[in-house]
Amino acid sequence: MSAVSSPAKRTPTLGSVSSARKLKDRLAQGLVYVAFLLALIPLVSVLWTVVGNGIKRLDAQFFQFSMNGVSGKDAGGGAYHAVVGTLEQVLITSVIAVPIAVLTAIYLVEYGANGRLARLISFFVDVMTGIPSIVAGLFVLAMWLLTLGIMKEGAGFAGSLALAILMIPTVVRATEEMLKLVPNDLREASYALGVPRWRTICFVVLPTALTGILTGVMLAVARVMGETAPLLLVIGFTKAINTNPLEGPQGSLPTFIWDQASDPNQNAIDRAWTAALTLILIIMLLNIAARLVARRHRPGSR
Amino acid sequence: MTSETGVEATAGAKHRATGRPMSTGRAGDRIFSGAARGSGIFVLALMAAIAVFLIWKAIPALQKNEASFLTTEEWNPNAIPPKFGIAQLAFGTVVSSFLALLIAAPVAIGIALFISFYAPRKLTGLLGYVVDLLAAVPSIVYGLWGLYFLSQHMEGVSKILNTLLGWIPFFGGSPGKNSIFTASVVLAIMILPIISSISREVFLQVPQANVEAAQALGATRWETIRMAVLPYGRSGMIGASMLGLGRAMGETIAVAMVLTFVPGINIHLLEDGGATFASNIANSFAEAGETGRGALIASGLVLFVITLVVNMAARAVVARRKEFV
Amino acid sequence: MAKRIEVSGLHAYYGGVHAIEDISMTVEPRSVTAFIGPSGCGKSTFLRTLNRMHEVIPNARVQGKVMLDDEDLYGKDVDPVAVRRVVGMVFQRPNPFPTMSIYDNVAAGLKLNGVRRKGQLDEIVEESLKGANLWNEVKDRLSKPGAGLSGGQQQRLCIARAIAVKPQVLLMDEPCSALDPISTLAIEDLIAKLKSLYTIVIVTHNMQQAARVSDRTAFFNIAGTGQPGKLIEIDETSKIFTNPEQKATEDYITGRFG
Repeated sequence: MSAVSSPAKRTPTLGSVSSARKLKDRLAQGLVYVAFLLALIPLVSVLWTVVGNGIKRLDAQFFQFSMNGVSGKDAGGGAYHAVVGTLEQVLITSVIAVPIAVLTAIYLVEYGANGRLARLISFFVDVMTGIPSIVAGLFVLAMWLLTLGIMKEGAGFAGSLALAILMIPTVVRATEEMLKLVPNDLREASYALGVPRWRTICFVVLPTALTGILTGVMLAVARVMGETAPLLLVIGFTKAINTNPLEGPQGSLPTFIWDQASDPNQNAIDRAWTAALTLILIIMLLNIAARLVARRHRPGSR
Repeated sequence: MTSETGVEATAGAKHRATGRPMSTGRAGDRIFSGAARGSGIFVLALMAAIAVFLIWKAIPALQKNEASFLTTEEWNPNAIPPKFGIAQLAFGTVVSSFLALLIAAPVAIGIALFISFYAPRKLTGLLGYVVDLLAAVPSIVYGLWGLYFLSQHMEGVSKILNTLLGWIPFFGGSPGKNSIFTASVVLAIMILPIISSISREVFLQVPQANVEAAQALGATRWETIRMAVLPYGRSGMIGASMLGLGRAMGETIAVAMVLTFVPGINIHLLEDGGATFASNIANSFAEAGETGRGALIASGLVLFVITLVVNMAARAVVARRKEFV
Repeated sequence: MAKRIEVSGLHAYYGGVHAIEDISMTVEPRSVTAFIGPSGCGKSTFLRTLNRMHEVIPNARVQGKVMLDDEDLYGKDVDPVAVRRVVGMVFQRPNPFPTMSIYDNVAAGLKLNGVRRKGQLDEIVEESLKGANLWNEVKDRLSKPGAGLSGGQQQRLCIARAIAVKPQVLLMDEPCSALDPISTLAIEDLIAKLKSLYTIVIVTHNMQQAARVSDRTAFFNIAGTGQPGKLIEIDETSKIFTNPEQKATEDYITGRFG
């Protein structure tokens, strides 16, 4: 019936939104799109320059040789000692940090029951995520090297201690999230079978949350792997290969970049870019691996 | 604890199938819960230890200091007698991180709004991941990029700002490449992801019912956001920004690489020069003697206390939102 | 200021799911029309197509025609935002804005439409709260948060918020399902009062409520899970409840359903 009503008879009530309001809506939309594009610029630019500059020295020599006997202006040389150092340090960091962090998360979720201690720990874990990495380095310097007098010249292990401080809070949070996702009936089913609480946690709860925890650990490893500031203070400096993390200065990728970037010679700067590219590649691989593990299986989605 | 009473009832009984005494799990439980609790307490102790050791190692250097630690601009702990103060470092840290926050917060909140309300739903996961990639780039790489790429391009930007706004002291002077302003831009990029991801989390918690209420009143998308989303997320966004501020204050390597050290406080933020607590530690550590290290530890202690306060306040603000509604 | 709604050949979808199929009906102005039917029959979905709230859900879409007197809500140049200004809505759960005071909640829609003058705002807020039978209970605490009210009061606040912008039609999606019996009664009294001014459509799962408040009743049903919801019949409420045309309606009314 209305389809035939003539325009003259029409009394529009719907009207339309006032143009000022529409304009504001469009403006806000535009700004929000611009904000996102603004974030893409540095991301693309960083990746572009790192790949573009780093590819030059991405050769076999770079991964087979150290900087021993190579000065800044020389071509050649490599980051073998730095890659080895970084891998060892990160491995030791994980060995130290993961058990403490997972146990802390277990306390918070399974035992703490939102009591005062649990809330205090939870709060400080949050605060700990905000500790500047350089402060963690200073702490290890002050305690381990200066007070206890261990590894005075710096060593890879001291770097691992500092990195562990930075890793613990991230792993605690990730583990906590995963433990909370484990359905409560799983725990109760286990209790109902007369299984003690600790076995329930170890053999029912943890396995269910395992892949999620693994994802969190890998992301945390990727994060601490790029930390430079604490290493600068506690692992010392060397151009040579040192596979012993417990004694003597050790190299690492971040400190390698720092050293080479502060050298005015183009050959050194090229090496810095290639090391940066290597670092980013390792971190990206860890990130992708973590996502793949996470996609494989999630607790709660049974 | 229902599990324990259940276990107690069977204590001493033999397992029917195996004939072995059944484990009550009592001892195991005690050890395991002790270990879990111990780890938690260890984390608390660690925080305390950081403060204690920093103070301990800072005191001797502070006692030897011939200048006022808080108000002196010069940093000369290796001189005889040692003279050092944190005035310039505090200025550089506070100014660069606030400037970074000023740049980052609106962009980060814009990104969070874009991903939560404007982008196609199918893409939200991917777009969030892209922003998180910014956080995955190590600070040393930002430093390298800032030093050899960004700072070359910042000179032009700084000159434009200087021409337009030179009458404001902050933008005055002769603009350079390795200024506090350049450092702030790098810092802003680095704190974008944390501000935007926490803001997104907050936006996710905005009750759908309130969003629909606004829409049903005939609100446009922007009006819906202003009516239902932003007021609800306000404290969360403030908390997120403060966390970003804390990050910016503690960031070391990128700033240390970008800034050129020039002694003295300079309010012309576009001019080369400046230093922060963290950048000074990274740059001066190699040449520091015993007193020098102590002095750096003392300045690190100040940084620790400042970031601690900022972080605790931020967490308190974010936590308050949880109790709200 | 009430308008007639004329729906013809309306289908609604959620992505690939056909939610409601081929619905045509007329909703009379200045009367209450109730939608009843088993859960999942599409009555709420249909209600949300009447002010284009259906399409705020991702991938949801609508086909067909909804005429408000002589304007098609789904016309080419019609802005959904303008539609919602004319067709107000009250939701299942009271949803006052938690960060706003009682006053600001009622004034929210007005401010969107450019009413800024304090005196005028005061006047309309008072009028709307009176219209929603809430004025006497809240007049002394207008600046207090709306979230501090009881559930029934909150729902009346939401009704006040909806009528403050003077809509033509008021849609109510199970407005009493989250309320206690006394609050429900207060809302039902309010509906009876409001129908002299508005075209009211109410979805309810409570057949007694439909019988008490509505002039006309529409019965919706689904053939089975995964099937789209359909309108079975619409008629005078008294007729539906005493002598419906369709067997399915009778089965549902008398509780012999499914």
